[in-house]
Amino acid sequence: MFIVIVGCGRVGSSVARTMLKEGHQVSCVDEDPEAHARLEVSLDRSWEDSGGQFTVGTGLELDALLAAGIEQADAFIASTDGDNTNIVISQIAQRRFNVPTVIARILDPLRAEWYEKQGLTTICPTRVAIEMLEAHVRGASNGGGAAAAPQSPAGDDGERG
Amino acid sequence: MAKGMYIIVVGAGKVGWGLARELLDKGHEVTLIENSRERFMTVEQELEHNVQYGDASELWVLERAGISRADMVIAVTGDDEDNMLICQVAREKYLVDRIIARVNNPRNRQHFDLLGIKPYVSATDLILRLLEHEVPEYGLVHLLDLPEERLEIIEMLLAADSKAAGQRVGDLNMPEGSLLISVLREGRGFVPVPDTVLEAGDEVLAVLDPGMEEDLKAFFGPDGGEAG
Repeated sequence: MFIVIVGCGRVGSSVARTMLKEGHQVSCVDEDPEAHARLEVSLDRSWEDSGGQFTVGTGLELDALLAAGIEQADAFIASTDGDNTNIVISQIAQRRFNVPTVIARILDPLRAEWYEKQGLTTICPTRVAIEMLEAHVRGASNGGGAAAAPQSPAGDDGERG
Repeated sequence: MAKGMYIIVVGAGKVGWGLARELLDKGHEVTLIENSRERFMTVEQELEHNVQYGDASELWVLERAGISRADMVIAVTGDDEDNMLICQVAREKYLVDRIIARVNNPRNRQHFDLLGIKPYVSATDLILRLLEHEVPEYGLVHLLDLPEERLEIIEMLLAADSKAAGQRVGDLNMPEGSLLISVLREGRGFVPVPDTVLEAGDEVLAVLDPGMEEDLKAFFGPDGGEAG
């Protein structure tokens, strides 16, 4: 698969490396040229030598998206640190470039829920944290202490799609 | 504008603050939303309960402002993404009938179009429009563009070598989808009749379907100017 990832912070760079290791083609976009260094953490070769692509630019610049190869993308991940940016660029990927799989990271649970209903695939880390916290507190109040807390957050796997 | 609308204005910069003040003066109910605490404190001294503090790209902030009963939402922050998304949820989630968005960077217009956010206002475009009007070197000036209604009105100066100069209006074979509506001659406008003879130096006003500018340029341009 050819995957374009916009926003190369901790989340984006980590997903990028993993996908590359699993044999996918990965092209990253970040407005900060320094973000490139994150991609090479724990790699023994450069990101490019490992087969990755990196473009400097913001997701609202069509030139940057085109340079990153969005027209050929099978999947698009919006993982910048801004909800608004992620929501806008994932809609651009979906509506303008018809990328088959578009995933947006949205921290605001209310908007994540609404845009999910509008047909975007959304990942809401805040929602995941809320559910984990609630599950742990429930576990503790049921008298089981830490032992009663679920190993992995309940209901989370299903939402990751 | 109907009296007594409920209007939410987002962004209390110079534009938003001024707009809120004018709308209140006209008798509308207005809530202005501002996400900078400092700016909010300043504006609140004048507008008091008509301004709320918060980030309007968060749904609960819009809900607290009563968006479900709003007649209009105007997003004029300095951030195009905010303006786009506030208008998108206003229209699609809260079913607000009328929205107006501000475009700060003209390169983002295409994204507003893609998301169906209209109408939008761009200061850069407005100034360019004025510039075209004042310095009509482009030959064709847009006086009115209503893309949604598929309506445009343009103005063109007939140059000395225009092939339309010297022709009767009744003999003009205007391109389909366009209509001559007015002629400005020596500073005065009049509605042409079939016997009106166009002269070099006339400014003609035409209504046309969008996308016909090039046809009209060629039509009113110099003889043999098919190349436009």
